[in-house]
Amino acid sequence: MLKARKLQLERHFEPVFAPVDLDVAGGELWLLTGPNGAGKTTLIRLLAGLLRPTSGTVSRAPGPVAFLGHQLGLKDDLTVAENLAFHQALTGAEAPVESAIAAVGLEGARNQAARTLSAGQRKRCALARLLLAPAPLWLLDEPYANLDAEGVALVDRLLAEQLDRGGACVMSTHGALRPPELPWRELAIEAPS
Amino acid sequence: MTGRVFLPLLRRDLLLAYRRRSELLLPLVFLMVVVSLFPLGVGPGLQVLSRIAVGVIWIAALLATVLSLDGLFRGDFEDGSLEQLVISGHSLPLAALARVAGHWLVAGLPIVLLSPLLALWMNLGEGGWSVLVISLALGTPTLSLLGGIGAALTVSLHRGGQLLSLLVFPLYVPILILAASAVTAATDGLPYNGQLGLLAAALVAALSLAPWAIAAALRLSLE
Repeated sequence: MLKARKLQLERHFEPVFAPVDLDVAGGELWLLTGPNGAGKTTLIRLLAGLLRPTSGTVSRAPGPVAFLGHQLGLKDDLTVAENLAFHQALTGAEAPVESAIAAVGLEGARNQAARTLSAGQRKRCALARLLLAPAPLWLLDEPYANLDAEGVALVDRLLAEQLDRGGACVMSTHGALRPPELPWRELAIEAPS
Repeated sequence: MTGRVFLPLLRRDLLLAYRRRSELLLPLVFLMVVVSLFPLGVGPGLQVLSRIAVGVIWIAALLATVLSLDGLFRGDFEDGSLEQLVISGHSLPLAALARVAGHWLVAGLPIVLLSPLLALWMNLGEGGWSVLVISLALGTPTLSLLGGIGAALTVSLHRGGQLLSLLVFPLYVPILILAASAVTAATDGLPYNGQLGLLAAALVAALSLAPWAIAAALRLSLE
C-alpha cells in the first residue's frame, strides 16, 4: 500500500534523519516515533508526497490518501457543516455530512464558524473528514494532540474501523499516547549517522 | 476525478468572500481614492485630466489588483487547505484556475463595473468609455492570472506582499501599454481593434499557461 526505500531528505545539506525503509500493507497501523524534532512531520509529509525526497523513493498504491497535518485545513469563516460539505464535494464522497458530524460528536456545533471552535473541536471536525471519504491510506500527524479522553477514544475507534476495512494508517506520535488495544508496528526515526 | 475540483472550490471561495465582504471593498475604495487624488495633485483642469485619464485609471486598477492578490493563496497555505488540495489528487492547475476565477469575480469584475464612473471623474473623452470598459474586461483577468503566479511564489514568505508587487508589475507592463494605447486611440478617433485584439490574445495566453505556472509555484512553496 505504501513503500518507502532509503528515503532521505536534506535540509541545508544536512540529512534530517537516517534513511527510512517502510513497507505498509493493508490492515496495518504504523507509529512513527521519535523525540521532538526527530523529523516525524517531515517524514509524514514525504510519505504524503508534499515534500520531494532528496534521495530514495516513495510509492503509494493508487487511490485517495487522507492526510491530517498540524494545520487542519479548516476554513475559519465556514461552519463545521460547510467545511465538511466542501470536503465532500472535493472528494466526491457519498457518506452524508450529518452522520460524520454526529460520529465525531459535533452536532451542537454544526452551524458554528470554525474560528469559534476550541482546538479539540477543530481536531474533531478535521477527523470527520476521514469518515466522509474512505481512503485506503491514512497519514495522520499527531492525531491525538489537543483531544480529550473521549476524543482519544474516538481516534482509536476510527483507527479500528479503518484497519477492519483493510485500510492502513501511518501516524506520528511523540510516544506519550498510543492506541491501547490495536496491534501496531513501530518505526523509530533515528538521527542521521 | 480531476474535473470535480473547479466548481466546489469556486463556490467555497465565493462563500468565503461573502463572509468577509467588508474586506472586499477595501481594494475598490483604494482604487477610487487613488483616482480621486489625481485631480487634487495635478490640478482640476479638464484638458489635463482627459490626457492622463486612461493611465491613471489603469495604474490604479493595477495597484488595486496587486493589493487584493496578496491574500490569494495565503489563507489556504496557512490553514492547511492547500495541503489538502494537493493530497486530494485533483488537478492543481484547475484548482489554481478556480481560485483565480474567484479572485477576478470579486476583485476584477467590480473594477470593470466601476470604470465608467472613474472615466466620468477623470473627464475621459466620450469615445474612450466603451473601449476603457472593454480593455479592463480583457485586461483584469490577465492581471489576476499573472498576479496569481507571483502570489503563489511568495505565499510562504513573510511580508511576501512587497516582493509580490516587485515580481508582477514588470509582467503588467505590456497589458498597461496595450490598454492605454487602445483607449487613447479611441478618444482620438483612430482604430483600436489591434490593441484590443492583442489584449485578448494576452488573456488567452495567460489563461492557458498561468494555471500551470501557479500550480508549479504552489508545489514549490509547500516544500
